[in-house]
Amino acid sequence: MKRLISVLLALLLLAPAIVLAEQSAEGKKIKAGFIYVGPIGDAGWTYSHNQGRLEMEKLPYVEPSRYIESVPEGAESARVITGLVRKGHNLIFTASFGYMDATLSVARRYKDVVFMHCAGYKSAENVGNYFGRMYEPRYLAGIIAGKMTKSNIIGYVGAFPIPEVIRGINAFTQGVRSVNPSAQVNVVWTQTWFNPAIERDAADSLLDVGADVLTMHQDAPATLQAAEERNAYVIGYQSDMREFAPTAFLTAPIWNWEALYTKVAEEVHNGTWKSQSIWWGMKEGLVSLAPMSDRIPADVQQLVKEKTAALISGQLHPFTGPINDQNGNQQVATGAIPSDGDLLGMSYFVEGVQGTIPR
Amino acid sequence: MQIIVSRRESSSAMFRATAPFISVLVALFVAGFLLLAAGVNPAAAYRDIVYEALGSGYGWSETLVKTTPLIFAGLGVSLAFRMQIWNIGAEGQIYIGAMAASGVALFSGIENHALMLSAMFTAAALCGGLWAGVAGVLRAKWQVNEVIITLMMNYIAILTVDYLVYGPWKDPKGFNFPLTAEFSDTARLAELFNTRLHTGFILALVCALLLYLFIERTVWGYQIKVIGSNIKAAQYAGMRTATAVVLVLFLSGAIAGIAGFSEVAGLQHRLQHGISPGYGFTAIIIAWLARRSAVGVVIVAFLMGVLLVGGDSLQLNWQLPVAFVYAFQGLILFFLLAADFFVQYRVRLTNGGPS
Repeated sequence: MKRLISVLLALLLLAPAIVLAEQSAEGKKIKAGFIYVGPIGDAGWTYSHNQGRLEMEKLPYVEPSRYIESVPEGAESARVITGLVRKGHNLIFTASFGYMDATLSVARRYKDVVFMHCAGYKSAENVGNYFGRMYEPRYLAGIIAGKMTKSNIIGYVGAFPIPEVIRGINAFTQGVRSVNPSAQVNVVWTQTWFNPAIERDAADSLLDVGADVLTMHQDAPATLQAAEERNAYVIGYQSDMREFAPTAFLTAPIWNWEALYTKVAEEVHNGTWKSQSIWWGMKEGLVSLAPMSDRIPADVQQLVKEKTAALISGQLHPFTGPINDQNGNQQVATGAIPSDGDLLGMSYFVEGVQGTIPR
Repeated sequence: MQIIVSRRESSSAMFRATAPFISVLVALFVAGFLLLAAGVNPAAAYRDIVYEALGSGYGWSETLVKTTPLIFAGLGVSLAFRMQIWNIGAEGQIYIGAMAASGVALFSGIENHALMLSAMFTAAALCGGLWAGVAGVLRAKWQVNEVIITLMMNYIAILTVDYLVYGPWKDPKGFNFPLTAEFSDTARLAELFNTRLHTGFILALVCALLLYLFIERTVWGYQIKVIGSNIKAAQYAGMRTATAVVLVLFLSGAIAGIAGFSEVAGLQHRLQHGISPGYGFTAIIIAWLARRSAVGVVIVAFLMGVLLVGGDSLQLNWQLPVAFVYAFQGLILFFLLAADFFVQYRVRLTNGGPS
């Protein structure tokens, strides 16, 4: 009996060591937490992030993750982020620009937790940031729009006049003009990421001035529904939104966050994660073009496939000069390609865009 | 069978005092069925709410962070209620206060910490007060309904702040994002216990105490109470009710404006869209529940803070959709209003008969 007890005691003492050894051999278990700016819903920005989260969970060393929806941007979010950390989450994704300062302030208090902030520009030793080169598939979508329009008026519903949205509009317009130099892209601002009623009004106003192809930079599928009802074509965004406009839908530039979330989880697991600013494109698979509708003629589909290959191989860049702004001033010299810094701070419209950037 | 609704000639003080608590309990009971339908044990969920908000020093600090603006706004609204004046515009007054304080923080160039904070405080109180005072003047001079005016002015205030942060006050180094620059340390309230809790909370308690003394110990407070309970008698006694209306709405707006100052100087450290997620509207519920007492406002604001912070746990621990948290808050409000109806009216069922 005594022997048994001593053996048990010894085992008990050894147990932590065994567990520890096992952990280091297997790497760090990942318990991830996500902060979402909207409800997950059936489509859109938050939906696409959640798809990425679910895919990441399939990794063997990733424990069931948690998310919090509709977290207000700004200081309020710091509480929710801290809540996730205090629940033992060791990898936090904050999936909207407005969480930037809150993420950094929480990260200062919890040095052993890895934070990844989406769409911002600040970082720290334990805070990385990430985003995608959405301008690549935007350019491809522009090619399709330029080929499909009859009225040569294309409507673009934009959220906020920030570089990210402006860059998308410009890349799209570059695509349009590469195949149809007489087409123009009309922009209407909504000053909201998600507000179906306002987005719908903006889409209708574009259809009223004769736009026959619409696209948008929003979270709600309201623009798609407007185009479907009024027999226009429409190009979605964020996630494949074709069920909202079965006949009007042409394609959509979409996010594939799983490519990145899986990679980050793997790095944290292996202990190789380092803070950096990730800006992946089509090559890494973070962004892509949703499958094209049958209504796009075969020759256009073929052209888009060729351009896709050229973008991925690096032979083609949507912003290769010469590029003039709306006022005819040259912004990019002939043959030049703007630096990432210039792209990230882009605050002018290229030729072919009808609309103004409020200052 | 007929339903007859008639006004109660008197309602028992006991019933009036306990009605809010009974209605919250009923709301919790009904929400329990929603939780059950979602496959969550209601008792465990409610325990989590309390634990999240009060189960740790951190929880307490966050609950008090939430309580702070609710106390200010609740005090402001309840002061006006005292005189049967309905200030539905606390939300807008918070925005105006935040805007005024931010304007001072960003553009005054004051370098002394105490001076800067005093200037921000004064600007916030003054602008919040003047904003609400507009409704006061309209009411006093032309009998314009203050409910409509204060309500509509919310939208003007919120859109004005939006205009500033999307336009002239936008941080030049902020990549065109709709935010002002961050305040310098000179324009920030001190943090307490190395948490996000700031001295604005202490200010809120002081404000509650001062308001209590104002109502209970000054002639002005006495007049407000008299006008609130019987305006004819007050006029007969020679009280200047028109002046009182303007003054009360000014004070009410000033206190709500201070909430805006406390939020930007203590927590947000910049002006941006959505500076208040509806504190001014929650304040109406708080003032209602608190039965117009300053002490009551502090207590109810704290309970609301518990609910708001604890509500996170429904998402955090149970992964319930955010819609559930909203439904939960809606249920509480619904039963509160229902209770108020039953306190004032009697409902009888009678059998047929010509009416």
